[in-house]
Amino acid sequence: MIETDILIIGAGPTGLFAVFEAGLLKLKCHIVDALPQIGGQLSELYPKKPIYDIPGFPEVLAGDLVDNLMEQIKQFQPGFTLNETAETIDKLADGTFIVTTNKGTKHHAKAVAIAGGLGSFEPRKPLIDNIEFYEDKGVEYFVKDPELFRNKKIIIAGGGDSALDWSIFLADVASEVTLIHRRNEFRGALDSVEKLQEYKKLGLVKLITPAEVTALHGENHLSAITINKDGASEKIETDYFIPLFGLTPKLGSIANWGLEIEKNAIKVNNALDYQTNIDGIYAIGDVNIYPGKLKLILCGFHEATLMCQSVYQRINPGKKYVLKYTTVSGVDGFDGTRKEAEKAVVKSIE
Amino acid sequence: MPQDITLKIIDRDGVPHEVQAPTDMNMSIMEVIRAYELAPEGTIGICGGMAMCASCQCYVLNDVPLPEKGADEEAMLWEALNVKENSRLGCQIQITDAINGLEIEIAPES
Repeated sequence: MIETDILIIGAGPTGLFAVFEAGLLKLKCHIVDALPQIGGQLSELYPKKPIYDIPGFPEVLAGDLVDNLMEQIKQFQPGFTLNETAETIDKLADGTFIVTTNKGTKHHAKAVAIAGGLGSFEPRKPLIDNIEFYEDKGVEYFVKDPELFRNKKIIIAGGGDSALDWSIFLADVASEVTLIHRRNEFRGALDSVEKLQEYKKLGLVKLITPAEVTALHGENHLSAITINKDGASEKIETDYFIPLFGLTPKLGSIANWGLEIEKNAIKVNNALDYQTNIDGIYAIGDVNIYPGKLKLILCGFHEATLMCQSVYQRINPGKKYVLKYTTVSGVDGFDGTRKEAEKAVVKSIE
Repeated sequence: MPQDITLKIIDRDGVPHEVQAPTDMNMSIMEVIRAYELAPEGTIGICGGMAMCASCQCYVLNDVPLPEKGADEEAMLWEALNVKENSRLGCQIQITDAINGLEIEIAPES
């Protein structure tokens, strides 16, 4: 069981910054995210795109903002449960919570802050009959562990960055990699497209375009697929089929936690502390809704800050505290580090 | 003072709406749909308008001339579901005087 003060659901910018504000109040955070990496939409959708409305940054690449946030919070030693989706929540008699993921990881927290953005990213599934039957039996929507494909025949479908990058990466792992795409053109980083071109020439990746996968076969495990190319059907033997058609966010299990939902977002008390209708569960960032809500990263930072103050009071009822400025009091990390302003000297000048 | 233009938008339940859209606010069709709440939040414009998710896919119903598709829009439509000949991404069509009278239908959620 993972023990923490605040369990944050979502490792996007709002969730990450909450760790900093919590740390100033000596509250420990642990973050759960469905994706294998931190950063939420910023890492998954647009790491190389600039953002222009972060105060103090005339321009910052989304990926760089995530790196900077991680640098800013590292001394507060947040824990991470990545690649797992928060599935159930149980409130205990003492007002604390147990949040369990789809893989059974349990987290015990004094408060829960949902910073889930648009929801957890789920794979967009191709419209192929009986594809669900083959999930975990030869159909994989993510490459979580490349070793699964060692010395296997694999077929990847898709035309974007992930399809390109994984085809290239797995060419060294799998016994045979085939990439199928509806068009002859691919959209991705220039060096990935060029590398795939080279791999194709070297015979390391087989390319079939323009083509579509239309059927899956196999008794208990996938053994072959049918593709349609130029109107003709062809059956190809394979051990794995990896469709990479992007991810789409879904509120998922959180929608069943008894929280008030409006317009696919969680209603919160914005006049006070961004708490939901369930005492001790907060919602911050793009996932919440209140009158006048704006889905902006800078608003998420503000919401995270107020949430942390509220959790402090919840955990330490009656314990006196006033807001302190980091310039004055410095930052004491949980790792023993201390950051502080350089002291001015008082010295006569002769 | 720029004049608003008129668009006809059929929502995902098949209900037609005639809406006015300003031409001087740098808006796209996707943003007009969101502004009028013709599709629930969280089901449209998920990527924010970067042609990266196809949640704003629309079918163009009349022959108002539209700007050509850019490479990003083309590529996204190859990957999207429910794509037809007349599919466009709403986020890639800017509101200008030239598209006054455009009629579109919002594609199903996928």
